[in-house]
Amino acid sequence: MPLADAATAPWSWNPLTDVQLMWSYPFMVNAFRAGAVIAVLAAAVGWFVVLRRQTFAAHTLAVVGFPGASGAVLVGVAAGYGYFAFCLAAAVVIALIPGAGQGRGEESALTGTVQAFLLACGFLFVALYKGFLGGVNALLFGSFLGISDGQVALLAVVAAVVLAALAAVGRPLLFASVDTSVAAARGVPVRALSTVFLVLLGAATAEASQITGSLLVFALLVMPAATAQLLSARPVVSLPLGMLIGVAVSWLGLTAAYFSPYPVGFYVTSFAFGTYVLARLWRSARTARSSRAAAGESRPRPAAERPAAPAGRAAA
Amino acid sequence: MSWSSVGLAALDHPFFLHAVLAGGAIAVAAGLTGYFLVLRAQIFTGDALSHTAFTGALAALALGWDLRIGLFAATIGVALLLGVLGRRSRADDVTIGSAFSWILGLGVFFLTLYTTTRSTANGNAGVSVLFGSIFGLSASAAWTAVLIALVVCAAVLALARPLLFASLDEAVAAARGLPVRLLGLAFLALVGACAAEATQAVGSLLLLGLLAAPAGAAQRLTDSPYRALALSAVLALGEMWAGLALGYAVPSVPPSFGIMAAATVVYGLTFLPRPSGRRGRAVRALA
Repeated sequence: MPLADAATAPWSWNPLTDVQLMWSYPFMVNAFRAGAVIAVLAAAVGWFVVLRRQTFAAHTLAVVGFPGASGAVLVGVAAGYGYFAFCLAAAVVIALIPGAGQGRGEESALTGTVQAFLLACGFLFVALYKGFLGGVNALLFGSFLGISDGQVALLAVVAAVVLAALAAVGRPLLFASVDTSVAAARGVPVRALSTVFLVLLGAATAEASQITGSLLVFALLVMPAATAQLLSARPVVSLPLGMLIGVAVSWLGLTAAYFSPYPVGFYVTSFAFGTYVLARLWRSARTARSSRAAAGESRPRPAAERPAAPAGRAAA
Repeated sequence: MSWSSVGLAALDHPFFLHAVLAGGAIAVAAGLTGYFLVLRAQIFTGDALSHTAFTGALAALALGWDLRIGLFAATIGVALLLGVLGRRSRADDVTIGSAFSWILGLGVFFLTLYTTTRSTANGNAGVSVLFGSIFGLSASAAWTAVLIALVVCAAVLALARPLLFASLDEAVAAARGLPVRLLGLAFLALVGACAAEATQAVGSLLLLGLLAAPAGAAQRLTDSPYRALALSAVLALGEMWAGLALGYAVPSVPPSFGIMAAATVVYGLTFLPRPSGRRGRAVRALA
C-alpha cells in the first residue's frame, strides 16, 4: 500500500502545528487544492444528478473510468487523461442509447454486462502492465499522493469550463429536470440538454475519480448534493450548501488519511455517508414534529402550506 | 488433433482441473439464479451484492477468519436485508447507492487493516477478491465450491415452478395461495450464496456480469421460460470454460477477463438482427 509507507505522521494534539506540518509538504497542499476544486465541481454536477435521478448513469460512468485510467498507465500517459477520455466517450454513448442510464428491465442486464466487461478490461490492462498491482487499489479506491502543480491547474481549468457550461444551461436544465413534459411543451430542447448534461457529468466523474478512485466516486458526486437537498428544498440554498459539504468532507478526509495509515477513500465515504445519515435523521425528526404539530391544531391546514410538502420529493 | 491433445494436457494440471470443475459448477448456478434475477428485474441486487462481497471477504481476512465465512455471511445477510426492506419501504437509489459506496469504503479500510496488521498478509488479497483467482483454487476449495454450487442449483430448480409463477404475475400467484414473500426471500438467499461462490471464481466486481450476461442473452433468444432457464445455464457454462481456456492458452490474459469477454461476446451476438423478428418482447411484457 503506497499510503501506509508514505504518510503516517504522528498526531500531536495541537491542531495548529499539525496543520502547519501537514501543509509543509507541497504534495499535501496540492491534494487540498485538488480536493477543493473537485468537491465544488462534483457537488454542483451531483446536485443535478440527484434532481434528475441519474445516479445509475453516474455509477456507470464512474466504473468506466477504471479501464480508462489503467489503460492510460499501460500506454504510458497520466491516468487523468484516461479517466477523461473514457468517461466522456461513455457519456456520449449513454446519451445516444435511450434508456441506457436507467437501472431497470432488460436494459439493466445490458448495463450490468457492460459494466462488468469494462472492469474486466481494466483488470486485463493491469495484468498486461506488470508490476503495477499495488496501484490498482489507488485507481479503484483513491489516492492523494503525487498530484503535481500542473495537474491541479488542469483540474481547475476543466472545473471552470464545466461550471461555466453548467451555469449557461442551468436555468433550462433545472426546468427540464423538474418537469420534463412541460419544459418540452414550452420549447426547451430537453433531449439536447440531457446530452449536454451527461457530457458534463462525464467530465465531473473523471475529475472526482482522481481523488476518490473509480469505485467511490459516489461519495463526492452524489452524497453531498443529496445531503444538501435533504436540508433545504430551495436551490439557492442547497446548491452552495452541497459544495460546502463536499469541500468539508474531502478536506476532513484528506487530513484524517494523512494522520492515519488508512486510505483517503475510506474517510471520504465515511464522512459523506455520516452527514447524509444525520441529514436524513434530522429530516424525519422534523417531518414527525411538524406533522404532530399539524395534527394538534384544531384547524386543518391546506396541503400546500405544510412545511415538508415541497421537500417531500427527495424522500418519496 | 493437436487442440484436443493440448486440452487433455491442460487437464493434467491440477490447478486447471480444479478451475474447470469449480468454475463449471459455479457458472451453472450463476446462470440459473441470474435468469430469475433478470426476470424479476433485480439486477441492482447483484450490483449491491458485489459491493458487500468485497467488504465481507476482507473483514473476515482482517479478523483472521476464513475468507468464505465473511463472504457468505455478508452476501446472504445483505440479500435477505434487501428482500425484507424492498417491499416495506421503497428506499430510493440515492440512499442505496450511498450506503453501498460507504460499504465499499469500509472494505478498503479492512483491506488496509489486513495488509498492515497481519504478518502473513498476502498483499494482493484485495485484487484477488475484486477480480477473482480461479486458477489458485486448492482441491478442497474446488470441491467445496462444486458442492455448494450443486446445492444452489438443486434449490433453484426445486423452486423454479412457483418462483416463475410468482415472478411473472405476483398478484395472481399470491391470490392462488403461494407464499410469494417467502419465495422471494428464499430466492435472494440463494442469490447471496451464489454470489459468494462466484466471487471466488471471477471476483466481486465481475460477478454482476456472470449473473446478467448469460441470462440476458437467453432471454433474448427464446420465449419459453424453461428453455431460457436451461439456455442461460448452458451459456454460462460454455462462457466459463471458454474463458478458462483463453486464460490457459494466453498466460498474460487473466481468466476473469476471458470469462467476461466470452460472456459479453455471446450477449452482443444476440443483438444481431434475426429473420424471425424480436420475439423476446412478449416475455418482457409479461415480466
